[in-house]
Amino acid sequence: MKNLSTAIAVGLLLVLTGCGESVPHTRAVYLLLDTSGTYTKEIKKAQTIANYLLGTLTSGDSLALARIDSGSFSEKDIVSKVTFDTRPSYANQQKRVFRQKLDRFIKTVKASRHTDITGGMLQAAEWLGETGAGHKYILIFSDLEEDLQPGYVRDFAIDLTNIHVVALNVTKLRRDQVDPRKYMDRLGRWQARVESGAGTWQVINDLDRLDALLTRN
Amino acid sequence: MPDLNELKEMMSGLTQGPMSLPVLIVIGIGLMYLGRAAAHGLIRALARTLHDALHMVAKSLKSAEERLAARNREVLMEIGRDNTERLIEREFYRVNAVVARDLSGYPAMQRKLADQITQIDEDYREASETPPVPPAWVEAVETIANMPQKGDPTVVGKILDDIHKTMTVAQKMAMADYRKATNERHGLLQRMLPFWRKLEQTLGRVDVTVKGLEAKAGVIDQQMEKYIGILKKSDPAAQALSASQMTNLIASSFVLFIAMLGGFVNFHLIALPMSEMVGAASYVGALKVSDIAALVIVATEIAMGLFLMESLRITRLFPLIAALDDHMRKKMAWAAFGILFTLACVESSLAYMRDLLAADREALTQSLAGVQVANPELRWIPSAGQMVLGFMLPFALTFVAIPLESFIQSARTVTGTLVAAILRGITVVLKITGDLFENVGQMLIHVYDFPIFLPLKLEAMVTRKPVTAGTSKNTQQTTVGP
Repeated sequence: MKNLSTAIAVGLLLVLTGCGESVPHTRAVYLLLDTSGTYTKEIKKAQTIANYLLGTLTSGDSLALARIDSGSFSEKDIVSKVTFDTRPSYANQQKRVFRQKLDRFIKTVKASRHTDITGGMLQAAEWLGETGAGHKYILIFSDLEEDLQPGYVRDFAIDLTNIHVVALNVTKLRRDQVDPRKYMDRLGRWQARVESGAGTWQVINDLDRLDALLTRN
Repeated sequence: MPDLNELKEMMSGLTQGPMSLPVLIVIGIGLMYLGRAAAHGLIRALARTLHDALHMVAKSLKSAEERLAARNREVLMEIGRDNTERLIEREFYRVNAVVARDLSGYPAMQRKLADQITQIDEDYREASETPPVPPAWVEAVETIANMPQKGDPTVVGKILDDIHKTMTVAQKMAMADYRKATNERHGLLQRMLPFWRKLEQTLGRVDVTVKGLEAKAGVIDQQMEKYIGILKKSDPAAQALSASQMTNLIASSFVLFIAMLGGFVNFHLIALPMSEMVGAASYVGALKVSDIAALVIVATEIAMGLFLMESLRITRLFPLIAALDDHMRKKMAWAAFGILFTLACVESSLAYMRDLLAADREALTQSLAGVQVANPELRWIPSAGQMVLGFMLPFALTFVAIPLESFIQSARTVTGTLVAAILRGITVVLKITGDLFENVGQMLIHVYDFPIFLPLKLEAMVTRKPVTAGTSKNTQQTTVGP
């Protein structure tokens, strides 16, 4: 009788746990906002993305908002970060607070002289790894034109294992109008860099098509 | 393995070399003729083996189908017997209730009737008419009238006149007495009228009760006939029960489907607020813990409903509960009802909480979209509706026990019948296939004999007997012999 009970308990456990590898169902999103001089005027569009994220992410998910400036590999560049509470009502309160911080940031943001996108991605990868989420995303709201300070070393591979990198609203620069291949090359370079770091790459320029951005498996 | 080119070379070598195609054909026919008996035997043996094997499997399946059909019949009869016993028991219970309610007062009613009849009888006796007393002095008047008139003739006349006057007065008095007596009799008869009416009403009531009992006795007779048919395991009873089981299955499936929809609504009412209680981020496998908790609550409600129905003896899914003594059974029914009521209250409050959470989420979505948060009027109506729904659904789900019992019972026999029909179908197909193999064997023997018809004809001419495919003695001995 005891053996039977044990067998039933083990069977139930196997059924309930899906009999396979367990992947956390939580999601973590790191939103990088480019604050360089050429891109600051686009920053208000970031509100749309943030609103979408706040409306989509649920209890247990994590969200961080960080700026890309001259030296982005720093915790100081994280404007706000939150892991939503397991209780939906408290999670809603956290979302309201996050929204207020974002609004304040957008109102007070100052243009940076340089653009350290790689540093921001490194910081993002580090934070996402700490969350332990099952699905990790880096959303880069930038024109992807990196402009490093003299002496900054960023030409090395970034570990982006299990991270999905999405470039949003990649605007065309004036020189891209002259030679569109430069725009294509820029995107191609970033894609190669992300994929060489075991990450996945996607570009979404139309911000009305954010519906399928995040998935929960 | 030689490849295609090698095969082509071999073939061309055969056809173009010293051994040309006609020679090969002749050799082939010769070989076929020589190996005819063996080839026939092989074909027959193969066909017979396949035929026998398939027929054996078919026989085995037929036997299984017969056993299954017999078992189905037993189950069907058992269910029918149980149901009919229940119906008869219920009818007897109703008869008992009628007898206890209406006819238990029969002695009192009989006394009442006897009293009423006595009263009526007494009144009737009192109301009987007394014949008027005949005048005794009429003869005296006649005697006086016949007296000889020796003296004064007016004397007799005067006497008669006096008598006449006295008689008139006496008649008036007698008439007055008679009228008075008649009035009294009418009064007595008038007093009898309500007693008659009461008597009629009482007898009418008795008539209705007796007629009701007669109708119930008729129903019991019908059920008893059915019961006897089931006990005798007659074919009409089995057919009637089988049709009834199919109807039960369809009806109970439909009701269970509706109950499932009710359970689904119930689940969604409490899934969101459960996430507030047990957290929305915990998972067991692919399922949220809050969803599992909500499912557990719904399942517990259904289980309590089943126990309640079982304790009230409406269903008989658990013999152990049915076998409990009445006191314990009532306790169990109250316990199940108490838990159900508590769960209904919990669900009602969860439904209210869901409404609050949904409103909060809606407000957040609106603020994120930049829309001014509106506070809709009459918001209390959906809130109240959800609360009432949350309270009522657990009780509504209680009644799932009835179609569930019906479904389990009917599915058992209908599935058995279906499996028996499938087995029967497979048996037929196997038999046909077996016969087909035997016929194909015969056909192959004819096909084999076709290219060697020339040597066969020659053989027939030499031996002077006709050679028929597959019927030569040699062949028969080869194929049929042990």
